[in-house]
Amino acid sequence: MSFAMEPFLALILIGFLPSEVWRWLGIVVGRGLDEESEIILWVRGVATALIAAVVARIVVLPPGALASIPLEVRIGALGIGFLAFLLIRRSAFAGVLAGEAALVLGALAFGV
Amino acid sequence: MTDTAIARPPRSSAQAFRDGLRAALTSILFYVLLGNYSGIGALCYEFGFSPIWAVLCTLLIWAAPAQVILISTLGTATLLEVAIAVSLSSVRLLPMVAALLPMLQREDTRQRDLVLPMHLTAISVWVEGMRLLPGVPKEERAAYYNGLGCGLLFAATFASAAGFYLAASLPPLLAAALLFLTPMSFLMTVCRNTRTLMDGLALGLGLVLGPLIAAQKIGLDLLWTGLIAGSAAYAVHRLRQAKASAP
Repeated sequence: MSFAMEPFLALILIGFLPSEVWRWLGIVVGRGLDEESEIILWVRGVATALIAAVVARIVVLPPGALASIPLEVRIGALGIGFLAFLLIRRSAFAGVLAGEAALVLGALAFGV
Repeated sequence: MTDTAIARPPRSSAQAFRDGLRAALTSILFYVLLGNYSGIGALCYEFGFSPIWAVLCTLLIWAAPAQVILISTLGTATLLEVAIAVSLSSVRLLPMVAALLPMLQREDTRQRDLVLPMHLTAISVWVEGMRLLPGVPKEERAAYYNGLGCGLLFAATFASAAGFYLAASLPPLLAAALLFLTPMSFLMTVCRNTRTLMDGLALGLGLVLGPLIAAQKIGLDLLWTGLIAGSAAYAVHRLRQAKASAP
């Protein structure tokens, strides 16, 4: 088996550097930064939506083993996790646990 | 805990580092990271990366959203598009680093001494650091923070490798549950950080628009979703502000 360099180059060039640059900039320009400035607010909105889109993508177009579970069960489990989060003192742990349980039970009930 | 920061005799950097490590091990986030990153390791397996790649990905990037975007979109979009999406998801590191600096920095601190603490800064380490550092004498803080960061990064790196091998060997249903950890815990993290109408709108719009835009097969769908949904949420925020300040 040959050793492929491309994935590692990609990791450095389009994974590590584009992400790490914000840490470096934080050291350089950090002092004068206003956390409530309009540009920071806008970036926060975009980043939040981006993460939401990642969540939706993995649930709707899942990789590998997750694809064997029906779409309705995947979306339902995400919703149940969210409900559990709201109902149980906004606990992220409860949400993850409820969502996972719903996914497994749903898969068993509706056939994998 | 009877000793205070002032009464305590000075400690060596190694001792401060060890204290930080211990704080990492006793943090709830250590165990949260074990769970979250085993999901990310499983993603690496499903998308065909090697276990070494999975481990390096966590060590080098150390920002879960950036990692998941990279893992799940590499090969489906152009490299520039992936790089922009990764970068946008990590902008939040800048204000975190900026808020942390004054706690670590002294007059004699060299910039290169800050590179490691800043690389270790991820949301988990930052949250624990901001909570614990005020109780640590200033000259010990950098070493303490490095210990804390290394401890938490170790949990994530270990879990990345473990998740990779678990995904390869678990029965399909459990492997699916492992993969589901990533979207479920991301959603929970965003929900917990949602304090304003803008955050909530960005989240809801992103969830709904994401698949709709992806279905158009225009490529770059993550980035478009982020820009459209995020900007729309921001616009609503501005409109409401304008309305509130109008006579």
